[in-house]
Amino acid sequence: MKHRVVITGMGVVCPLGHSADQLWNGLMSGQSGADYTTLFDASTFPTQFDAEVKGFDLSRCVQRYDLHKDGNRGTQFALGACVQACRQAGIDIETDAPTDGINRQRMGIYLGAGEGPVNFEPFFEALIGGWDEQARQVNWPRWTQVALSGLSAQNELEQEPNMPAAHLALLTGARGVTRSCLTACAASTQAVGEAAMLIRHGKAEIMIAGGAHSMIHPLGVTGFNRLTALSTRNDSPQTASRPFSATRDGFVIGEGGAVVILETLESARKRGATILAEVIGFGSSNDAFRVTDMHDQARGACQALRAAIKDADLTIEDIDYISTHGTSTVENDAVETLAIKTVFGQQAYNVPCSSPKSQMGHLIAATGCAELITCVKAIHEQTLPPTMNLNDPDPKLDLDYVPNAPRKAAVEIALNESFGFGGQNNVVIIKRYHEDSEG
Amino acid sequence: MSRRRVVITGLGVVSPLGLTVGEFWQGLLEGRCGIGVIGAFDASAFPCRLAGEVPEYKIRDYVPKSYRKATKLMSRDIELSVIAADEAFKNAGVTTKASDSGSLTFDPTRLAISFGAGLISCDLNELAACAATSVTDGKFDLRKWGAEGMENLTPLWLLKYLPNMLPCHVGIIHDIQGPSNTITCGEVSSHIAIAEAAEMIQRGDADAAVGGGAEAKVNPIVMLRQCLLGRSTTQSNETPKAACRPFDAAAAGAVFGEAGGAIVLEELTSAQRRNAPILAEFAGAASGNSLNADLRHLEPDGTGLAMTIEAALAEANITPEEIDLIIPTGTAILQDDRAEATALERVFGNALDTIDVWAVKGMTSHTGAAAGVLETAAAIYAAAEDKIGPSRNAERSAEGCRLKLTQNVVEKPVRNVLCCGYSFGGQTAAIIIKKFEA
Repeated sequence: MKHRVVITGMGVVCPLGHSADQLWNGLMSGQSGADYTTLFDASTFPTQFDAEVKGFDLSRCVQRYDLHKDGNRGTQFALGACVQACRQAGIDIETDAPTDGINRQRMGIYLGAGEGPVNFEPFFEALIGGWDEQARQVNWPRWTQVALSGLSAQNELEQEPNMPAAHLALLTGARGVTRSCLTACAASTQAVGEAAMLIRHGKAEIMIAGGAHSMIHPLGVTGFNRLTALSTRNDSPQTASRPFSATRDGFVIGEGGAVVILETLESARKRGATILAEVIGFGSSNDAFRVTDMHDQARGACQALRAAIKDADLTIEDIDYISTHGTSTVENDAVETLAIKTVFGQQAYNVPCSSPKSQMGHLIAATGCAELITCVKAIHEQTLPPTMNLNDPDPKLDLDYVPNAPRKAAVEIALNESFGFGGQNNVVIIKRYHEDSEG
Repeated sequence: MSRRRVVITGLGVVSPLGLTVGEFWQGLLEGRCGIGVIGAFDASAFPCRLAGEVPEYKIRDYVPKSYRKATKLMSRDIELSVIAADEAFKNAGVTTKASDSGSLTFDPTRLAISFGAGLISCDLNELAACAATSVTDGKFDLRKWGAEGMENLTPLWLLKYLPNMLPCHVGIIHDIQGPSNTITCGEVSSHIAIAEAAEMIQRGDADAAVGGGAEAKVNPIVMLRQCLLGRSTTQSNETPKAACRPFDAAAAGAVFGEAGGAIVLEELTSAQRRNAPILAEFAGAASGNSLNADLRHLEPDGTGLAMTIEAALAEANITPEEIDLIIPTGTAILQDDRAEATALERVFGNALDTIDVWAVKGMTSHTGAAAGVLETAAAIYAAAEDKIGPSRNAERSAEGCRLKLTQNVVEKPVRNVLCCGYSFGGQTAAIIIKKFEA
């Protein structure tokens, strides 16, 4: 038997705020999460700005902060998001004796989570202390001495990408199916989609799904700068993320955590939970083209789109809104536009598609779930978030990107797409939930 | 509609026991140990100087000509994945784009991949050489790094170390265009990846899928991390072959190593239609959590692992008594071995007196994200050949470990095998492999 999958809670910690409402209000009021980098001295880097989470204090969100204080930034954001989502869904947290009636063995976790930052100072101290200039390689015994005294065991452990999920388990007591994935920028869309599949096919009743990541650290920014993937518009951080515009020059790196509570319709009804939306389709694909470039005919993106639409048993006319990957890189926005045109044909011009990344920045592994939350809000508010900074449209990119201002629109069904470096593509489709609908 | 059955038609393993699954299986049956003093770098100042290392190979031998340029972008973790997947497809008799000739066995859009990966470290020598250009007064200078130092890194540097590149490269080589995922769940990554690959087939999104994982752990920072966490043995640097002692009274910690493994899973009627060799059936899987505030270790009473094993048995629709063989995690970290033995006792009770338990890490070392696929491969061969190998170094059971650990090769009918795993961080996993019956 297949189960219908509904969303009963959501939470987010991102550069536009520390809740779904704050994120939405930020999008509606044209705010930008971008500013000059404060997390490290980026003053000589090619890119000197980012979109940071500001003023978040996990100790104000949880009682057992001691359990989580060593968690990396992504972990802490995911915990903050999870607390909000569980509260909304009526799931008890931080207790050995929950009274919410939920069987913990039927409640699982699926996160698209990134690695934590390296412990920068001792890590580089060891590299430099160990470097043998004459031999042009590291003297390992010397490196070992410095590293053993400088690195901390707990910090090293907390860098592992499965640690955000580990902390969410401690927070919620979840004992059911638990997974963590890292398909680059598509990770949390994949996590939500795969989690929905687990519920649909009876492997769990409730899934805590979402993402967590921060790559705003010297090596993260170095990696993206070397790839020339980041905008270098250092004179104007707030207008740097300009998806689909002719002058786009890369993405703005952000950070955050986002969580949705997915559950079977029966479970939500039984618990009397408020149903926020229904997850009706998931599609995943692999470009199988190049690790350096997206497929030039958008083959993988089209395949994921078609798979999700088919999975949801829809036709292209049913899609009211597309939340794009819309990174503001030259390549992504062109290939993504091509994908939408290829799959939707003439209908592509009738489907509004926008990019919250124009304001929020790119939360990497956490981005897909944060954007899915904006889709839920779009359905509730019957309003589309805009693509900001779209003042000089790229003549080749001619879809309706909802430029520069939110727009009232009838939204029953929204589609969220995410594409990862290396060619992993994921699409999730959600629908407004009607109390009397029988599916 | 009844659930689509998933069978295993091919295996590839590159491990400390050899470059092929054949050498792996032979080595396991012989009780051969792949652990030695670390050769990849000078580990003389390490508290634990041992590892399981893969024998020398040339990656070009495993990559089609048209893709050889891309080997420059492959970290060792990626290489191990590519080697294992190459063997798995050949072993399954599957023709993919990588083959020189012949028509494709599968529509590429109906082929899926789910692969487990670890936290990949960059090449520290490469990074150090760049860092050395950004030093002021003996200290790393971030401003210099931003202005000049980073320019010395190859532009595509990051792409070598993203964990999702394991299935991306394998996907490109074999033209896998269906669902694709990268599981990064610590030491149960490949258990979970295999389960998810099977689900992609069960739910109808693919006709065949590659599940597995790889991790090249023999990198200074990765190995040091385990030393810092106190998980590595420091007692046996002079006696590598006796170092890793799962469930043994003298267990003193784990030995880590590198490996890659890939399993071709296939929908039953698809395998039958093409007369593929069916090695075993995938019967069920589960994952869950151990809830321990000390994220390095399992809960002492094994609750989470026990629940996960029970969930897997339920999914496979078999009773504990129907299990003929257990391949446990058996890290040789004594407190975790005890917790795992307690979990098994909770699930199996007195049946444990008669169920053979085969701990393999005394031979393979703990290969992290690859451990699950190595152990599942052993389970598959055990079910296919009705043979179980010895649990090397598990000579005298530790207190609290009431397990019937194999001491020699056992030949007996092996109908159902349980592989179970746990990771730092607390995630648990279990897979049930079943002898294939049409």
